[in-house]
Parts: sequence; structure tokens; C-alpha cells
Amino acid sequence: MEETYPDDLRYHAEHDWARIEGDHATFGVTWYAQDQLGEVVFFDPPEVGTEVVAGQAYAEVESVKAVSDVIAPLSGEIVEVNEALRESPERVNDDPYGEGWMVKVRLSDPAEVDELMDAAAYRETIGKS
Amino acid sequence: MSGRTAVPREPTLTIYERSREGRRAFTPPRLDVPETPIEELLPHDAIRREPPALPEVSEPEIVRHYNNLSRKNFDLDTGFYPLGSCTMKHNPKLNERVAALPGHARLHPLQDPEYAQGALELMWNLERALSEISGLPHVSLQPSAGSHGELAGLLLTRAYHEDRGERRHKVLTPDTAHGTNPATVTMAGYEVVKVGTAPDGGVDLDDLRAKASDDVACLMLTNPNTLGLFDRNIEEIARIVHDVGGTLYYDGANLNAVMGISRPGDMGFDIVHFNLHKTFTQPHGGGGPGAGPIAVSDRIEPYLPCPRVVRREPANGKDAPRFDLEYACPKSIGRLRGFHGNFGVFVRAYAYIRSVGGDGLRDVSETAVLNANYLRALLAEEPIAEYLPIAFDRTCMHEFVLSGRGAREKLGIKTLDIAKRMLDHRVHPPTVYFPLLVDEALMIEPTETETKETLDRFAEIVREILEEAKEDPEIARNAPYSTPVRRLDEARAARQPIVRQPRQPGSGAER
Repeated sequence: MEETYPDDLRYHAEHDWARIEGDHATFGVTWYAQDQLGEVVFFDPPEVGTEVVAGQAYAEVESVKAVSDVIAPLSGEIVEVNEALRESPERVNDDPYGEGWMVKVRLSDPAEVDELMDAAAYRETIGKS
Repeated sequence: MSGRTAVPREPTLTIYERSREGRRAFTPPRLDVPETPIEELLPHDAIRREPPALPEVSEPEIVRHYNNLSRKNFDLDTGFYPLGSCTMKHNPKLNERVAALPGHARLHPLQDPEYAQGALELMWNLERALSEISGLPHVSLQPSAGSHGELAGLLLTRAYHEDRGERRHKVLTPDTAHGTNPATVTMAGYEVVKVGTAPDGGVDLDDLRAKASDDVACLMLTNPNTLGLFDRNIEEIARIVHDVGGTLYYDGANLNAVMGISRPGDMGFDIVHFNLHKTFTQPHGGGGPGAGPIAVSDRIEPYLPCPRVVRREPANGKDAPRFDLEYACPKSIGRLRGFHGNFGVFVRAYAYIRSVGGDGLRDVSETAVLNANYLRALLAEEPIAEYLPIAFDRTCMHEFVLSGRGAREKLGIKTLDIAKRMLDHRVHPPTVYFPLLVDEALMIEPTETETKETLDRFAEIVREILEEAKEDPEIARNAPYSTPVRRLDEARAARQPIVRQPRQPGSGAER
């Protein structure tokens, strides 16, 4: 797919996005992240109920190049994981903002959202402004 | 290449797919003595209930099968192989000849030490040589690979701390570390703490000071590191780690740069592993045997794997010393493998060390560093540097790292495409996408056994690939064209690995 950074998402410097819906959010990795990783071959979703902390790893993603940590853009409790990625991890490459989503989280501190970047600011950090 | 004259290639079959029932490569002579029932020769539980699933093929088929497979391979005896951090140097043929001597090759591992004096003496001498090279007094040859040596090193670290009544939980590794380091830390039950890299490519001392604590068991370090840079602050690094009571582990993967020049023991390290298949010319890979001996300081010695090879001086002071295996090692972490290690590997490494000698080893390292810097300078010329700038612009050691970022942004080709295109030029690509902190990394280690002409040609190939990509990036993107197989689907191989030969109908494998 084409390189995109949707305006309705918020971004973390470690190349993660969050789609905010009230006090819940969906997390995934950006187009730039999946392009850097190369073809994703393995994603092991964390357990539902796990607490995640903004800026810390909550999962690992393995590509043909390397195993990398996936960083939580916001803090909270995981309420749903994308089980489909277990069988079809390539969705992270094919559709990073759609079917490639990773976890849904009930936010413990929605004010953290203000710390995240909008699409324009994120594009600037990766030199694509 | 011409469409009209080309004949389709024979499909590649496995040896099992060539199998036909009843075919044999060897027919033993008719039995001319009374047959003894197998039940009288072997204990009941050692007798197979059904025959093994072996392929049934004739001798010429076997020869052709493996000969043709070997021609599809690319190896060090075929061409240049500048794989960074892997030291793909020439494997001297002398070593093979010595290792094949029947007294070496046919020695049984359960032979009584009394009748294996030569083998034990060779192991003892190899231990002494590795001790001298590393500057650490005690050696164990048991670990069977570099990663196994790393695991041994952390088990020794744990034994050392626990013997002092301490429980520590963290192991520091730089973010440039070989991937095996954090993997070993996890496998040994410790927590990995990454230490950052300073702008000069060495360990970030402030970050190290911030993370050093009395919960740190060990720092694992490669020096020169995976950027090919010697860490000039090594003594300060050792001081910081020793001040908090941790051990210092030297990943010996890059030892080829420093032999006879600087020694891990003198830098303050407690434990070092040697990759005999890298620095000491044991052939790589192929799933064959390896060896990753370790050398340690006095304070780590009581915990070394058991048994130890020992030299016993004669009581009368006149007879020749005797060699033996010592099993009384009460604080040892125990045995790390069956028998005594891969003996053929020890023979080759020892033959190499003795044939080049002490001055020769220094010469090896100096030439390896010279070759790397010569190639680094060639690749720093325009137009190459515009597309593949060096990641840290310093005099390097035995290897250096380029970034393919310029090629990706300006030419639209990735490091992987450049690597694949090199195969068409009959060169094995360097290590790619490692270390991770360099974008689109290419890590190049030419080694001391390559000629100036080979290095010149390599730089010319890189230039040709970039010039060609300026005209048409699709050429690199679809490479290679001339190899036995084209670009492999690495993602599918990782997602759906097929690692077992499916059983073939009508063959021995079916039974």
C-alpha cells in the first residue's frame, strides 16, 4: 500500500499509532515502521488483561530482518487483541492502520493523549514533511 | 540464455525423491561365517523394530546428487565472502590434512586417557595458546559454539555471584551487540538492559554509569564492536562494571582484529569466548561441528565446566608429563556437552595457530585491519559515498558499516536489492540490516586472506550496481538473475517452514 499517515490518528515517536475512541484506544504500528521492519513473519499478541505503560514495550514483532519491540503509545489495560495476526502477520504490512491493528486498550490516563503527535508532527520526525 | 537453445533445467530433487526400492550403492560380500542372531549381539532395547527410512540409490546417483548440490552453493572456495562479524577467511587445506590423520579422526571419545595422551596434549596445548592470546589464565574447550560459550560465560557469572551469596538479576549489553548476547542473557534467566551508543560509535559512558548497579551481574561487550570500532574507553568501562561488582564478558567474535596486539584479559575482562570457526579457520556452517572455547580469570576459574584437561608432572621429575581428565571440580557448573567437545575442530585450530605462530597471528590481525581500511577508503569515493555513506567515519578495525539510506532515498533500491545484485557478480553479499542502529546497514569484513585485486574488484562491483540503478532501479530490485534460484520468499519460509522431508511412496522412506 501507499505511504500514508491518517489525520484521525495520534502518533508516538517509536512509530506507533493510537486511534482514540472515548476512554479506549486501538494501537498499531505506522506505515514507516512496517516499511523499516520489512515483511512481518510473526506477531505474538499479549494476553487480554495485561497492563501496558506508555513508552514501554507490550509485544514483539518479528520480520525477515529482526525482532523488534512494539511500544505502547498510551497506558491502560488490554481489553482485546488481534488474534488474526497470529495466523496472518502480513496484515501488519498490507494494512497497518486497518486489519493490521494490534491491541485495544482501556486507557488509565486519557490525558496522556496530549503527549502524542498529530500526523503532521509525526511526518516531520521521519523526515516526510 | 538464448531462448531457442536453452534446455529446461532438471528439477532439483532431494535424495529421498531419487530413491527406488531395492537400489543399492554397495553390495556386501556373501556371508561366509555362521550367522549370529542379532538378539544375541545387541540388548533388546537397542534393536530397531522397523528399518530406518533411508534412501535407496545407486553410487553414481549419490555422487551426482551431492556434486550437483555443491555446485549450487556459494562458498569461500568459490569466491569473495565479506560477511561482517563472521570472519569468512580462508580455511587452510593443511588443517584438513592434519585433522584427517587416523590418530585424530578415528580416536574413540571413550578411549582411556592413558591411551589418548596425544589428543589430551593437543587439547592442553590449545588451551595454553588460547590463554596466551586472550590474556586469561584458564580455558575450557567444552562449549560447542560461540553462543554456547556465551551461555557458559553467564552460567559462570551466576555461579560466581551465588558463591559469594549474591543474587543479581540484570546483564548489560550495548545496543550494537550481536543478537546472540541478549538471547543468551534471556536463556540464562537474566534480564537484558541495553546500553546506548555514543556519537563516536563506542559505549555511551553516561548511560553505562546510570545503569550500572549492584543488581548488574555482567556486562557483555564486543571490542572492536559490531561497527568495527575499537572502544577507546574500555578501561573506564571495565572500571565502572567492576566497581559495582559485575563480571565483564568479552564476545570473541571480533577477535580477528586484535590478536597479538591487545588482549581481553589486559582490558579487564573476566570471561572471553573464541569462535574457532571465525578467527581460527575452522570451516563455517553446513550444520557441522563447531567450538566456542572460553578463557577466564582466576576468580572465575573454580566454576569452569568439568572435566578439565590437566597436565600432571612426574613424581621423579624425569619422566614425561602425563595428561589426564580431572573430574574433581566441586564448584564447577558441570558438564556442558557429551564427551570432550568437537575434537576435529581443536586439531584444525591448533594446526592453524602453530603453523602461523605468534608473530603470524599478529600479522593476521594487522592485515585484516589494513584490508578493511583499504576497502573502506575505496568505498568512501564518490559516487559510492553519496549512496552508501559510512555509518561512523573513523579508522576502523577488521570491519566497517555502511548505510544504504542514500541508495534507498535517491535510487529507490534497498540494501537487500544491492546484496542480491552482488550475487550476479559472483560475490557473496556482506551482512545486511545489522547492526540495527544503522539504517539499511551493510557490514563489510574482507579478512586478511583476500588480495588487493579482489578488494578493488569488489569496490568496482558496488560502483557498477549503483550506476546501473541510476539508469534502471528495476534491475537490482529483481536480482539475482544468474543464481540456481532467484529471489527467495524469506517471509513465506519463516511463516510456513517445511523442515521435514515428506515421505515418498515407493521408497525406503515409506516403510
